[in-house]
Amino acid sequence: MENSATAKLETLKEKEEKIFLQTVKRLLKNKLAVTGLVIIILQVIFAILAPLLVSYSPNQQNLSETNLGIGSSHHFLGTDNYGRDIWTRVVYGARISLIVGLSAVSLGLVGGLILGLLGGYYRRIDGIVMRIVDLLFAFPGILLAMLIIAILGTSLVNVVIAISVWSIPGCARIVRGSVLSIKKQEYIMAMKSLGASDIRILFKHILPNCTAPIIVFATMRMATAILSTSALSFLGLGAQPPTPEWGAMIAAGQDFMWDAPHMAIVPGIAIMLTVFAFNVVGDGLRDALDPNMEMNM
Amino acid sequence: MKNLLEVENLKVNFRTKKERLRAVRGISFSLKKGETLCIVGESGCGKSITSLSIIGLLPSNGEIAEGSIKLDGNELLGKTENELEIMRGNEISMIFQEPMTALNPTFTIGFQLREPLMIHKKMSKKEATKKSIELLEKVGIPNPVEKLRQFPHELSGGMRQRVMIAMALACEPSLLLADEPTTALDVTIQAQILELMDELKRQMGMGVVFVTHDMGVVAEIADRVMVMYAGEVVEIGDVDRIFNHPQHPYTKGLLGAVPNVDDEEHHLNIIPGSMPNLDDEISGCRFHPRCPYAMDICRKKNPTTFQVTSSHQSKCWLQEVTDVDRLHTTS
Repeated sequence: MENSATAKLETLKEKEEKIFLQTVKRLLKNKLAVTGLVIIILQVIFAILAPLLVSYSPNQQNLSETNLGIGSSHHFLGTDNYGRDIWTRVVYGARISLIVGLSAVSLGLVGGLILGLLGGYYRRIDGIVMRIVDLLFAFPGILLAMLIIAILGTSLVNVVIAISVWSIPGCARIVRGSVLSIKKQEYIMAMKSLGASDIRILFKHILPNCTAPIIVFATMRMATAILSTSALSFLGLGAQPPTPEWGAMIAAGQDFMWDAPHMAIVPGIAIMLTVFAFNVVGDGLRDALDPNMEMNM
Repeated sequence: MKNLLEVENLKVNFRTKKERLRAVRGISFSLKKGETLCIVGESGCGKSITSLSIIGLLPSNGEIAEGSIKLDGNELLGKTENELEIMRGNEISMIFQEPMTALNPTFTIGFQLREPLMIHKKMSKKEATKKSIELLEKVGIPNPVEKLRQFPHELSGGMRQRVMIAMALACEPSLLLADEPTTALDVTIQAQILELMDELKRQMGMGVVFVTHDMGVVAEIADRVMVMYAGEVVEIGDVDRIFNHPQHPYTKGLLGAVPNVDDEEHHLNIIPGSMPNLDDEISGCRFHPRCPYAMDICRKKNPTTFQVTSSHQSKCWLQEVTDVDRLHTTS
């Protein structure tokens, strides 16, 4: 009797996993999203295994082999004006982009979640929270980031802070919207009638209901974060030379556009592919997580 | 026997930008252990608001202006939110109208059923799961182990309402509030759920406040009936008194509006007009514009509550007339 019960529990556990698999399946039906996913996975692998994939160190100069073009015998993506291997630098650059993007988005999510949850749930502080968010929204994003960096000084850590602050208002609005609609549901009332406290309701019952929009937002935000990191570095506000950051590499390459265009083009393509990949995966996730889409497929 | 629930002169207001709306205008009633009180009335008469006031879950713009609500002699009004949270689900529970929306679609039945047990009884997840299986068996759900792993959308309406009942009764409350728990169910399921509630009530010796507008349900489940109109109690009494000797014209109207399939000649007697808005001030009795027996005094003075028998009260001037008649006949 006991055994059959536990066996049943296990088969049902599988069933639960099936729901997750359904989402994944729907995502995998979307060819564009799969392309993006492959690019992201490759990039993550490159970032993790960077030292194993290259034969140089990213800052190793070789003044006898400067400005080699694409397809040179030892440097298949060429070298820059100091003779540094561009493939090596792009691979290490993936590390920086992913780490900066990930930490900026996570920090922004934490801030946005707290503001959004509190604002959506407690009417009394909603006004204050949303005015702060409006204030943040009033600045063009990149300008806000530049302002923060101007105050804090130029460094990659400050870029993370700047971009995360910039991510807060968008996230807060999305979360607040979800909370506003969920808290009016009868099941929240039912939970209250069972004696659940506000905190319990907010984190245990409302938050899991807003995960879908948050996941989509975070993925799309990764693209923006990576792009802005590069933009800020290009402007000289983020990573400083000789850090192998993509934006900084483009900035260094722009002086040699005629002699060695690959110096700027290669990291440029890297940025483009990454941003493209995160955007299409975000799009795909939005479709896959929306149960209404099932009917259209 | 001692009263389980005593509500006295309860007044509930709603704040709007312009004014204060009086949703419940000073109602009093009591409930004994093991008794089912049905609150009947049209939509908007304040019956749901009354039950929400008892459990302390009025919407944020509602406030209890006056009165007292005592559970087992304990005053509930003026308790802090923390004290109320301990009471809710533990001593007072509530079942809602829509079993479709009263369960969280993102969680399994098991997750939701464990909540009250983990909140109040401080059970571990394992203990709570065990107890949940017992509870599901108690409310007559087949394959409880399997059901724990299922999501609300995988269950039928009747099954979901059983799960809601199991959740509400998990901590064996002494008072159960049911806000139209069978309205959204089809008739055969309705009968099953009513039977289940009646049986559980008897097993646990709870008091039940059952809000409904369905007279058929009232006849089936009530021990006593309280009829509400526009925020006031117009008549309260034992179920057979209300059905066989209704005193208030509104109660008579409600009973006349119940369709009768057996009698082909029978046609529905509707109550003309509609219920006044919350902000309509009506002089005298609030029912007089719709009342076929309205007298002069009804337009001028709000009737007091008359005792028809020791347990039967009616808030209507007609009562005074019959009292006077009775005096004449006896003298």
